[in-house]
Amino acid sequence: MSSRAGTSADDQFYREFIIDHFKNPRNFGRLEHPDISHEEDNPLCGDVIGMDFQIKDGVIEDIRFHGRGCAISQASASLLTERLKGLPLEDAKKIGKADVLGDLGIDISPARIKCALLSLKVLKVGAYGLAAHEEDEE
Amino acid sequence: MIAGRAQGAPNVSFDVTAIRKDFPIFETGIAYLDSANTSQRPRQVTGAMMDYFEKFNSNIHRAAYRIAEEATVRYEATREKLRAFINASSTKEIIYTRGTTEAINLVAYSWGRKNIKKGDLIVLTILEHHSNIVPWQILAAEKGATIEYVDIDERGELRQDQFRKLLERSPKLVAFGQVSNALGTINPAQEMVAAAKAAGATVLVDGAQGAPHQGVDVRALGCDFYAFSGHKMLGPTGAGVLYGRRELLEAMDPFMSGGDMIKAVRLEGTTYHDLPWKFEAGTQAIAEVIGLGAAVDYLTGLGMDAIRSHEREITEYAYEALSDVEGLTLFGPPPSRRAGVISFALEGIHPHDLATIADRDQVCLRAGHHCAMPLMTRLDVAATARASFYVYTQKDEVDRLVGSIKEAQRIFK
Repeated sequence: MSSRAGTSADDQFYREFIIDHFKNPRNFGRLEHPDISHEEDNPLCGDVIGMDFQIKDGVIEDIRFHGRGCAISQASASLLTERLKGLPLEDAKKIGKADVLGDLGIDISPARIKCALLSLKVLKVGAYGLAAHEEDEE
Repeated sequence: MIAGRAQGAPNVSFDVTAIRKDFPIFETGIAYLDSANTSQRPRQVTGAMMDYFEKFNSNIHRAAYRIAEEATVRYEATREKLRAFINASSTKEIIYTRGTTEAINLVAYSWGRKNIKKGDLIVLTILEHHSNIVPWQILAAEKGATIEYVDIDERGELRQDQFRKLLERSPKLVAFGQVSNALGTINPAQEMVAAAKAAGATVLVDGAQGAPHQGVDVRALGCDFYAFSGHKMLGPTGAGVLYGRRELLEAMDPFMSGGDMIKAVRLEGTTYHDLPWKFEAGTQAIAEVIGLGAAVDYLTGLGMDAIRSHEREITEYAYEALSDVEGLTLFGPPPSRRAGVISFALEGIHPHDLATIADRDQVCLRAGHHCAMPLMTRLDVAATARASFYVYTQKDEVDRLVGSIKEAQRIFK
């Protein structure tokens, strides 16, 4: 259990930019003709995230995400799309858990780690064709 | 001191402040609003278990030495306490299981495989916990039986008209919960059992949320099977109960097999033990069963009527307090028709975010699908937040929940 004290003025967990990404998600929506489209869900919380990718010359030219769920899952997806847009696929492949958690910049409890990493799972399973269960087993 | 109290019920009138002193966990300062998930356990329960571990730890039903006799006596004493608690006719009808889930699986396996045939109808409800759905789905798939689910109305109460219609199709089995774990709906179990029995069905009542809060008289209820868990009624995890009518249990084959459930094993075949031990294979959860006995003593000491009225008071208080919160949607029936469970949603805030924020105020709140995904789908939500209450819940904990909700709304504004 967390030992952090909930102080209202200085909120460590739900930082303003996370709430901002949740309420005003970047790159939200669908692409009309995606090269790759993939969706994953977390049935335990009902979080859903899908991503549409447009790839040109090995570069993620455009990206959109859609879905619903908690602030952590949605903000993490929004942040990830910002990272991915314009990135060569080869570089995108190097993105890992530490990067996603680093972008969120908060201390994620074990109970919420699946929320935080759902978008990464969409990226890995969708864009790289990894089996979903492999990702789960890590 | 602990050992002395472990034997008997606490000698207190319904005084929540005094009750809370029996639960050391509240010294940590938590507001615990997740008793429908698992309850807290008083010193009397943990003390009874410690007595076993420290004074007569040994295996039951086997050894001739004194501490093993003591262990066996205490283990079997719980059976009589449980019999009285649910008013069964005989301790032979009280089967120890790990919990409600195992109890229902036992029926699905031992009764279901013998009695459910191709084309048979099983009637369940949309309110059921997964543990009262999945075992029947597996059985139905194996046997080629059909399952129909009774729907709810807009208040979260079972559609009795639809239930009666389904009974006209002569279901072989009807299984439903006494109280919904997700919405708190108190089902009209008495009438439903009577109607189902009149239609010729065998009836299982899932009492996981009923036994701890409403109590039950299985003979008055008239059901064939009744399943409940110790850990939701102040007892430890790993000890629960299947009640079954004796003639049904007698006709059933064992569920698990091996040691202790036999009379004689020969190479050419085995004679099973008598009830209830026929269904209790292997080394049992001895400490847990002894702890469950202490939990029954504790509840009996408080009185189920007093427990019900305390929970009603807290539920009404919480319902009113939550109704006053802007942007909050309550699911399920009005407080007069529900047990101490309140499921709700906050506009623009996912239940998990609320639960995380509440956690930082040491408020333990459940968020999720409550093992009732078909119901969540029916309500068109992915998850809800749920507050649930018990003997030790005080209004201050509800106030702290409302504080956490307001804090969440401030953060997400």
